[in-house]
Amino acid sequence: MTTTTLPRPDTAAGDRPEPVLSVRDLRTAFKTSHGIVRAVSGVSLDVYPGECLGVVGESGSGKSVTFASVMGLVKKPGWVEDGEILYRGRDLTRLSDRELRALRGKDIAMTMQDALTALNPALTVGEQILEVLRAHADDLPRGRAGRAEARRRAVEMLDLVGIPSPADRLNEYPHQFSGGMRQRIMIAIALACRPRLLIADEPTTALDVTIQAQVLELIADIRARLGMSVVLITHDLGVVAEHCDRVVVMYAGQVVETGPTRAVISDPKHPYTQGLLDSIPRLSDLSHPIRPIQGQVPELIDLPPECRFIGRCPKRTPDCRTGIDMRPAGPGRAARCILVGEETEA
Amino acid sequence: MTHMTTDIRRDAAATTATATGRAAEPPVLLRTTDLVKHYDSRRGLWGRITGRPGSLVRAVNGVSLDIRRGETLGIIGESGCGKSTLGRAILRLHEPTSGSVVFDGAEITELGRDPMMKMRRRMQIIFQDPYASLNPRKTVEDILIMPLKLHGLAKGKAARDAAAAMIENVGLKTAHLDRFPHQFSGGQRQRIGVARALILNPEFVVCDEPVSALDVSIQAQIIQLLAELKRELGLTYMFISHDIAVIGYVADRTAVMYLGEVVETGRTRDILAEPRHPYTQALLSAAPRLDEPGKAARIKLTGDLPSPLNPPPGCKFHTRCPHAMDVCRKVAPAPVADAQGHMAACHLIDGASGKAEAPA
Amino acid sequence: MTTAVPASSAGASSAASPDRAARTQSPFWRNMRKFADNRLALASGVVVLLFVVMAVAAPLIAPHDPNATDLFRRLQPPAWMAGGEWAYPLGCDALGRDILSRIIYGARISIFIGTAVILVATTIGILAGLAAGYLRGWVDTAISRLVDILLAFPYLIFAIGLMAMMGPGLSNIVIALAYKEWVIPCRVVRGETLAAREMEYVEAARALGAGRARIMWREILPNILSPVVVVSTIRMANVIILEASLSFLGLGVQPPTASWGSMVADGRAFMLEAWWVSTFPGLAILLLVLSLNVASQGLRDAFDPKFHD
Repeated sequence: MTTTTLPRPDTAAGDRPEPVLSVRDLRTAFKTSHGIVRAVSGVSLDVYPGECLGVVGESGSGKSVTFASVMGLVKKPGWVEDGEILYRGRDLTRLSDRELRALRGKDIAMTMQDALTALNPALTVGEQILEVLRAHADDLPRGRAGRAEARRRAVEMLDLVGIPSPADRLNEYPHQFSGGMRQRIMIAIALACRPRLLIADEPTTALDVTIQAQVLELIADIRARLGMSVVLITHDLGVVAEHCDRVVVMYAGQVVETGPTRAVISDPKHPYTQGLLDSIPRLSDLSHPIRPIQGQVPELIDLPPECRFIGRCPKRTPDCRTGIDMRPAGPGRAARCILVGEETEA
Repeated sequence: MTHMTTDIRRDAAATTATATGRAAEPPVLLRTTDLVKHYDSRRGLWGRITGRPGSLVRAVNGVSLDIRRGETLGIIGESGCGKSTLGRAILRLHEPTSGSVVFDGAEITELGRDPMMKMRRRMQIIFQDPYASLNPRKTVEDILIMPLKLHGLAKGKAARDAAAAMIENVGLKTAHLDRFPHQFSGGQRQRIGVARALILNPEFVVCDEPVSALDVSIQAQIIQLLAELKRELGLTYMFISHDIAVIGYVADRTAVMYLGEVVETGRTRDILAEPRHPYTQALLSAAPRLDEPGKAARIKLTGDLPSPLNPPPGCKFHTRCPHAMDVCRKVAPAPVADAQGHMAACHLIDGASGKAEAPA
Repeated sequence: MTTAVPASSAGASSAASPDRAARTQSPFWRNMRKFADNRLALASGVVVLLFVVMAVAAPLIAPHDPNATDLFRRLQPPAWMAGGEWAYPLGCDALGRDILSRIIYGARISIFIGTAVILVATTIGILAGLAAGYLRGWVDTAISRLVDILLAFPYLIFAIGLMAMMGPGLSNIVIALAYKEWVIPCRVVRGETLAAREMEYVEAARALGAGRARIMWREILPNILSPVVVVSTIRMANVIILEASLSFLGLGVQPPTASWGSMVADGRAFMLEAWWVSTFPGLAILLLVLSLNVASQGLRDAFDPKFHD
């Protein structure tokens, strides 16, 4: 398959700076007893400095695997088959494990969906933050002064994520915190070294709505204060609508649509995005009927080159049998659908 | 039943009063009065001797609700509010600690084993987790036939035919009957769960977060399926969810729960248009919106849900309420209902009009 | 395949697998296939099976009567050593009995006792464990306390005491070992039942009106059998060693019946001049126990719920 050059998102500000992270034609596969599952097949996307990029998709869309690949966290029986992951011009796929470890946590940090299992239950919260600081913060002085400084920064991080009386709670264990607080702690650990890029994998899926709102606002607030980029991986288009500048919609291991959030939501170009939007009950208009997408996500084994949404698409045509690349679909937008070009011409 | 509960009976009385006023209202199918479910984790003999208190979880703490035949009552609340326990206590899957559940005129909590078993044909439940709710060692057919055999309704070929008819009703195929649960996707498994609940032809179904574990596009399929089945079979639903948009879509009336108590009930459209309890207002404003992001003035709740082991005195919401007053910390607010049966339990609400005094 | 693309409704496209013989898709068969993929475990399973065949077909296989004494062949060495002959491949013991034949017949004792003890213990354990785990309350308290008490006794000493009280005999050995062995499956079953009773499919069965017995037998038991099978095979090896120990101490099977434990004991006196009398039955114990252990490891890997579902 060919690598598609995605149109650069244009903004009112004019030319964008170079992306912080640029993924090109990424392919990640997993070996299973049924065959090789191509979880990510040819994903390309960019994350620009200071932006919040939403990555939306259902289970099996490859959204989490894409960023596990970026972090070098794909474990056997999975592997990155092909593609480039450019972080500020360096290809992460060519780095050694040691170089990657040095980058992880310091430049790029990731928070996991399930904070309870992602945190080490045997270590206090403070120890876990200090661990990251010791591993990455080069500016810490040696000896006792360094330890005191690291501790001070750990308290500062807990304070930053809104944990009351942070100095005391540093000595507590993860199970002593509520779900929302644990998610905050994971964000604190991720932010300990002030990364340029925070990848938040379903940060609020396990949380109640009122707590979800708190955590998302916290991420937005810290992004503004530290000037970092955030990738928000989620299945919830509502969360994207509220918090993300741009959105990447993924389906069955591919990017199917990308563009500025507002534009994509108000005028989706890909039938999958349209279907997704139609299947969500909207508080603003409950008389509006919800229309589910029929069928199931295809299994990602031995897929033919046809459009992956073909089995569920209400607008399918015989031409969909041939493979489709991303096509430009308006300013800063692209979609993987053969109808896109026609629509623009019409 | 002299339990320390907020007196929501008045609400029940109020709705009944309005119901008699409007003759068109269908009859009440299920009524809970002061339903209480506490989990006592004082363990063993020593705990009983010493009677040491403290580990009493007040999961459901005096809930009074009416569900009319043919309607869908939505129950919304966050984790730990007792909504799932309420559903299970109504079905006596967890024995209620006290209070009454009247189903079609019969007091369920007092039924013996055999009458209760017969009653179970009429009231069923659909579970949240499509993976945990199907026995992995049974084929779909075994799963669907078991209830028929259990109640002596059909066996042999008749039972298999009934299972085949049911599986097609929920959008699967008869060829699926020989398969095991692990051979299905989450959405398909949930369809099997629906089929199992409906094969006894019940009148009332508790839907306990039936779409929460599913992907968005599949979620809509199941919501649609449940709506179709309800129409065809004349079912009555109690639909439990944490997603206010889903509740808004499926429920005729809604009850909002917080820490084991109902803080607001009413017609769903009234609650969404004019939420009266500050918790409902917060819940509504926290829900992310697709079309009008950031439009709702966010009501920020600080802090977490208090532990149901040790609930705060007075109004249980006062620890997180943006309008908390002195009285809230001491006195539990009485529920106040208006003529439409829209009830909320909050000190801000004016007893005469039923409306909130201080606009949120 | 030109124009119309098949519309897949929810049911039409199966996310899982094509129509195969569905019954072989049951979790049990999936696990057994996984077990068969593990070569070492499979080989061990075959060895165990060979021992079973040997035990069952002993009269057909054994070259000699295991109890026929021949004082001219007293301590005759194995065939490949000077003074040995191929009619008695593993040599003879102090009474001139053929060691190979005695090992073949001894397998009957080991495997019979191992199987009988495990069957009795597992049956009791499943009943007690299900009752304790599902019914809870005083039933659980009573059973759990009893288990704790039994676990506080050292196994072998306990069995020795019982044997001394009851006297020797096959059924007495089974009783002496099963008397305590049942606590192991009981604890496993109780733990698994406690977890399974909280599953939603158990609640669903209750909501449908199923009674306690039905839920325990039809809903819970099939789901907890895998760990019980795994534990049983591990414990079978243990029981075989215990039986050998009892026989070694003279409290087990009585002479002249051949038992591996008593054969090892018989050979003790001649370890230096006739090492084969003790060594070959010892190796038989080693091989069977080792194979059982490796096979049970394989079963555990294949059945462990953490790796699938």
